[in-house]
Formats: sequence, structure tokens, C-alpha cells
Amino acid sequence: MNSSPFWRLGQALLVLWAAFSLSFAILYALPGDPVAILLAQSGEPGAVDPAQVAELRARYHLDGSLWQQYGGALWRLLQLDLGVSLQTGKPVAAALAAALPATLALAFSALLIAVPLGIGVALAAHQVRRRPVQAALHNAPALVVSLPTFWVGLLLLQLFSFHLHWLPAMGEHGIASLVLPAVTLALPCAAMIAQVLGRSIASVSQQPFVQALRSKGVGRWQLLWRHILHNASIPLLSLTGTLLGNLLAGAVVTETVFSRDGVGRLAQAAVASQDIAVVQGVVLLAATLYVLTNLLTDLLYPLLDPRIRQGSRP
Amino acid sequence: MILQPALSPSVSLRYWPGFPVALSLLLFLVLLGWAFFPALLSSADPLLADPTQTLRAPSAQHWFGTDHLGRDLYARCVHGAALSLQATAIAVLIALVAGTLLGGIAGWFGGVADRVLAVLVEVLMAIPALLLAMAIVTALGFGTLEIAIAVGLSSVAVFARLARGEVLRWRSRVFVEAAQVVGVGPWTNLCRHVLPHAVGPLLALAALEFASAVLAVSALSFLGFGAPPPQPEWGLLIAEGRNYMVAAWWYTTLPGLVVAGVVLATQQLGRGLQRLQGERS
Repeated sequence: MNSSPFWRLGQALLVLWAAFSLSFAILYALPGDPVAILLAQSGEPGAVDPAQVAELRARYHLDGSLWQQYGGALWRLLQLDLGVSLQTGKPVAAALAAALPATLALAFSALLIAVPLGIGVALAAHQVRRRPVQAALHNAPALVVSLPTFWVGLLLLQLFSFHLHWLPAMGEHGIASLVLPAVTLALPCAAMIAQVLGRSIASVSQQPFVQALRSKGVGRWQLLWRHILHNASIPLLSLTGTLLGNLLAGAVVTETVFSRDGVGRLAQAAVASQDIAVVQGVVLLAATLYVLTNLLTDLLYPLLDPRIRQGSRP
Repeated sequence: MILQPALSPSVSLRYWPGFPVALSLLLFLVLLGWAFFPALLSSADPLLADPTQTLRAPSAQHWFGTDHLGRDLYARCVHGAALSLQATAIAVLIALVAGTLLGGIAGWFGGVADRVLAVLVEVLMAIPALLLAMAIVTALGFGTLEIAIAVGLSSVAVFARLARGEVLRWRSRVFVEAAQVVGVGPWTNLCRHVLPHAVGPLLALAALEFASAVLAVSALSFLGFGAPPPQPEWGLLIAEGRNYMVAAWWYTTLPGLVVAGVVLATQQLGRGLQRLQGERS
């Protein structure tokens, strides 16, 4: 397989185009007329003026055949125009840009918690020798992954806001109101990191060079830090794209639970009011994020792992 | 290891599932009981409001307490099992069938079909499953069946990848080629000779996916895209409890515990099945 940067870029663009086409097919080609929904929601029952319907169709680019709509939408997307929200009548791109900072702050704080926590749990599970503690550390990630995120958020809210009154419950008032949502969002991500890193550490420490170093007398901690972790952390890089996607999807639930503004809340509200343009915008944002991250990590791989530079992937 | 045990444990002992799996099986059986015989396991009416019994804490009479309308929460959880499990089962079935079909075609015919599948899988990986499911729900409308279809379609990729791998593993075997030489058509060959070998791993994956489908279905229901309010869908129960968190901790906590228990149990069972599969092949 060709793996030159240009080839990878072309592939990334292909995936983005396919993501656009898939979301268009789901949202626009399925039965269910957006204009009819819009008119039904505006609360004017009975006879609807055909001219008004035609005007609405033209405004939201819903006139013409499906292929014309598709071509038009694709052409506007190339100019970074994501269309107009059916609910507010404002451009989707502007709504996304307005909602993005809050979500980025949330996602970034979640990452700040998740990365050290995940790595710490994986390392501890490898180093700790006491049976019950080790078993607990091994099983904790799988346990956390199977808890519903929204439920964890509600439990934290109940305990720390309503019973202990340590942290504010809702809204955005500085750092304090960011703690609970960030922890809620971070827990599943930390569990994912711990699982992948744990598996990777286990497989690296099986390798002969570890045995050789150990018999040479390298200390346990130095062996772990310098030799095992260095090799074991490479699979984490390919996890980045999925992790960011999970953060965005998790933000939908977290922002809803904690009544925070952001992309996730925007998506939830858009689905609730069947605002297809906004839904498509969020989907495309997620796909772009994933594709760009993967492109970046693919280009970074050879810099971090000399084995890949020589042509073969481990 | 230098020291090998002299006697390998007997077969019956090796397949003995171990405590977590046994407990999970028990939980799963209880759950099936909830889903199929709800009236047998809870005497209260899940929709009957009792204004004199609003927001009562868990007691011998109301195991999970009561909600803001005085409805018995345990009965609502039990009756919700049918709805939530139905949705989950439909979702897994859709993902299994569609994924096997796509992966099977791509693996068997290769060429253009394989390229198209590769791009499709990449796209399905690029869009987070929850967001994709939300997009599908936007188009289909709201309801239990709708979220089931959405969750099913959004988790096709994993099954497609596994099915493709399994088909590639078996298609070059002598018996498959022999069938080809004898004149068995490609579809018959794929369905009669190749896919039966992939059934085991695919079903083990389905069991594992069941757990994440329970999570996805309850999340969509929590966000308000599932059945409308009087229904006792699990995610909806928890969403309704949000407004009474100060007064009634049990309202969100106990139904959530049910969901978490179900996810954990099915996950354990799926893992057990996969291990069994791995030992056999």
C-alpha cells in the first residue's frame, strides 16, 4: 500500500466526502419533509400557502431534485457554508463556532483528567503486586466503561452538589462548575486509555529485551519508565482520533445532564427539533476532527517509532 | 514457565465459567424474566399513579421507592425491561445481519466491493456512534423502534470488519475451493460453506455488542428520543428523575443501577462466550 503523505491526504478527503454523502443520504433522502416539519412546528394548522412553501424551500435550499440539492450542498460545503438552521434561520457554521469554545474547554479539562488517570491506573495495575488491589485495578476500567455516562453524571451531581454542596450544580460559573462535567466526561476516556495501555504494557513486557534488561539488573521502575512505557505508549497515539470522537459524543450527554451550552447541547436540541442542517453540521465536525487527527498521527508515527520509518509496522 | 501442571484439568472443569460469569448468567435470567413475565415479578401497575404515595423512599412495599406521581419504580423498571431489551435485541440483530452481509460480500468478492466497504467502515469509525445514531433518529423520528434501528445501523462497522476477516480466513481453504471447482455458485458457496464457520465469532461479538447497545439505547432514550413519557423506558425513567434529585435520590440511582447491572452482566457473558470460542478454535 502506498503511504506517501499525498496519498494519505487524498484518502482523508475521500473519507470526508463519504461522511458528507452518508449524512446527506440519511438526513435528506429519507422520508420526512423538513419544510412540513417546520410548518407544523410554527403552529399554523390547516391550509398552507403554496407560495410560502416554495419560498421556504428556496431559502433552505430544499428545492429541486435530490441530486441538485446534493450538488448544491456539496458546493456550499467546499466554501465552508454548512447551510442554514431550520429553527433559528441563522448559519449553522456560526452556531457551531459560537458553541465550540465551551465544548473545547470541557473536552480539554476532561483530557487533563483522563490522560494522567488512565496512564496511572495502567501503570499501577502493572506494578502493584498485592492481589486484591491488582485485581481491582485490572477490572476497574471495564467496570467504568459499562456505566451509563449520564447516570454517572447524575450521581456525581447528587452527591457533590445536592448533598455535600461542594460544587455548583448547573450552569457556567468559572472553574468550579467545570469540575463535575469534566470528571463525568473523563471517566470513560480514562478507562479506555487504561485498557489500551494496560494491554500494550502487558505485551511489551513479554518481549525478550525486557527479560534481558531485567537480568542485567535494571531496576523495576527504570525498566518501566525508560523501556516498557516508551514502547507501550505508541498504540495510544492511534487511539487519539477515537478518543476525541468519544469526547464529542460524550459532550452531548454531559452537556445535557449539566445544562451547559456547547456543541453537544446544540446537537441534542437540533435532533429534538429535527433541525437537519445543524445535525449534519455536528456530524461533519466530528468526522473532520477524526480524519484530521488520524492524518496527523499517521504523519507523526514515523517520527516516534523508527521501526515504521524503515517500512514495516509492528 | 518451567513447571507444567502434571494433569491438565478435566474438560468439564475447564469450561466451568467461574463466579462472575455464573452471577451474570443469573442476572441475565432474572432480566429475561422481567422482560417476558413482568406481571409475575411485580404486582404493582407501572402506569398507575397514586397521589398519596408520591416520592416515597424504598421500602418493603415499594422496593425502588415511588416517583413524583406515586408510581412504583420497581414495577416501572420491570415493565421497562421489555421495551429496552426489545430495542437492544433489534439493534444487535440489525447490526449483525447488515454487518455480516456487507463484510461477507466484501471479503468474498474483493475488488471494488472491498474498497467501498473499506471507505464505509472508515466513515462509520470517523463519526462517533452516538452522533450517527442521533442523525438517523432525526430522519426516522422518535420512538423505541426508531432508536433501535439507529443504534443497530450505527454499529454495523464492527460486524462488517469481523465478517470480512472471517470470510477471508476461510475462503482459501481446500473445501471451499473444491466446492468452487465442482460448480457451486458464489452465493451458495458463501452462505453454505464459508459463513457457517463465521457464526461462532460473530455471535460472540453480538453478545458483547449487546452490552454497548443497552448503553446506547438508554442514552438515546435519556436524551428524549425514545418512547414518549408515560412509557417506562429505562433511559426515560432516569431522565424523569433528574428533576427530583434533591428530594428523591432513588429515582435516578436505582433505575441507573439496573442499566449498569445489565450492561455488566451481558459484557461478562459476551467475554465468556468469546473465551469459549477462542479455546475451541
